[in-house]
Amino acid sequence: MLSASHPLHATAGTGQARERTKAGGGAMEALLPGEVHDLSLEVQGKRLIDGVNLRITGGQITVVMGPNGAGKSLLLRLLHGLIAPTTGDISWAGRQLTEAVRSRQAMVFQRPVLLRRSVAANVDFVLKLRGIGSAERRDGILEHARLSESANQPARLLSGGEQQRLALARALAMEPGVLFLDEPTASLDPASTLLIEEMVRTAHGRGTKIIFVTHDIGQARRLADEVVFLHRGQVQEHTSAEEFFAAPNSDAARDYLAGRILL
Amino acid sequence: MQDFGDAFGLAFALVLARDGDLMEIIGLSLRVSLCAMLVSSAIALPFGALVAISRFSGRGAVIVLMNALMGLPPVVVGLLVYLLLSNAGPLGSLGLLYTPSAMIIAQSILITPIIAALARQVIEDLHVEYAEQFRSLCVPVRTAIGALLWDARYSLLTVALAGFGRAIAEVGAVIIVGGNINHLTRVMTTAIALETSKGDLALALALGMVLLAIALVVNAGVMALRSTATRVAYA
Repeated sequence: MLSASHPLHATAGTGQARERTKAGGGAMEALLPGEVHDLSLEVQGKRLIDGVNLRITGGQITVVMGPNGAGKSLLLRLLHGLIAPTTGDISWAGRQLTEAVRSRQAMVFQRPVLLRRSVAANVDFVLKLRGIGSAERRDGILEHARLSESANQPARLLSGGEQQRLALARALAMEPGVLFLDEPTASLDPASTLLIEEMVRTAHGRGTKIIFVTHDIGQARRLADEVVFLHRGQVQEHTSAEEFFAAPNSDAARDYLAGRILL
Repeated sequence: MQDFGDAFGLAFALVLARDGDLMEIIGLSLRVSLCAMLVSSAIALPFGALVAISRFSGRGAVIVLMNALMGLPPVVVGLLVYLLLSNAGPLGSLGLLYTPSAMIIAQSILITPIIAALARQVIEDLHVEYAEQFRSLCVPVRTAIGALLWDARYSLLTVALAGFGRAIAEVGAVIIVGGNINHLTRVMTTAIALETSKGDLALALALGMVLLAIALVVNAGVMALRSTATRVAYA
């Protein structure tokens, strides 16, 4: 977790960040709840997301789980407005998914997309985009991601875990109200995975709403406050993590947790 | 074969002697073609990037047109620029005909579609990689174009070089708008054409070899730069 003297706190809107946490999230309050009504996505006649209804509230880490092909990544992209639904509505705090709303969200992809620049320049790009750039701020962000020593290295020469930490640090540099993570640790070793999870928890503690996609049951147990379980594009369960892991309601979730193959 | 042997010998002799006329011709050739490359790059790179990342009706037709214009005949370009710059033409009052400026204009028109079309392809390939991240970050189009141009700079250097190669090697356009005037608009290619027409094939070949050597040096330099960039993972 970030200490009070951490550079991230010391540089950018220190007071604001604390206030946000105390109040349950300033930026979060502005974007939440997220409401999803009858959301469907059809591609070439195939229904990939099928009538999803969700209410996304603050305060918890929401983990989206499900087998491969369940529609987890698609749902995340729909929620972030990267793709348009065939039918249905998505709103954040009652507002449509406009550019203004989307600019207060951030997303980390399974395969980190880094600019062909140095580590520091990757962070600078986002800070400049938001008009909040400063060397001190950037250094704090890199320190938080434990990448200070690699600041001047080309980002593409980092290890997989470091690249993903940089992608996450860059997303957090935007101070998003909602952060979507699409299986960010899918190809990482356990140590790198834990570092990412630590950063995610820290962001959550600072008031950012986390929506995390994973099919790693262990990771979901470690992170989740609530679970959205998807199967064949439909929400099978949306419940607290405790209830989900103790007594899943749907057959699909029971089979999934038992390690049985879902078709 | 005798001609080739003589040509090699003469080419070395000319370069080693640093013949004043030859140096002047080489200097003008480089100046005109480099200027044309810079002018074209300033127009074609952003345009290519804009086409690469934009989606609009008729985009396919624009791309086809850009690709087709890569094969613009230099003589036709020369003729069009001649008509524009001649006394009777709309830009005749500028008095640019038979000056290096006219040659730069002609070469720029010739290579702009080449640089634009190749840049479009390079940027589009990179944009495929960046597109979703840029959409997620809500990157404005102008910023996206700037970032793509910067991150693809080493590949785009090769693209610009392709334009430069086309410019410095062409004769049809510059001979029409430049006139091959000694000490004013004579460049390597027009000098080669002149010496060939005079029957001095050895000198013409020697000039051709010098031209080839310049192209090789420039290409080797860019290749070295690019491989360094690739090694440090920026390309």
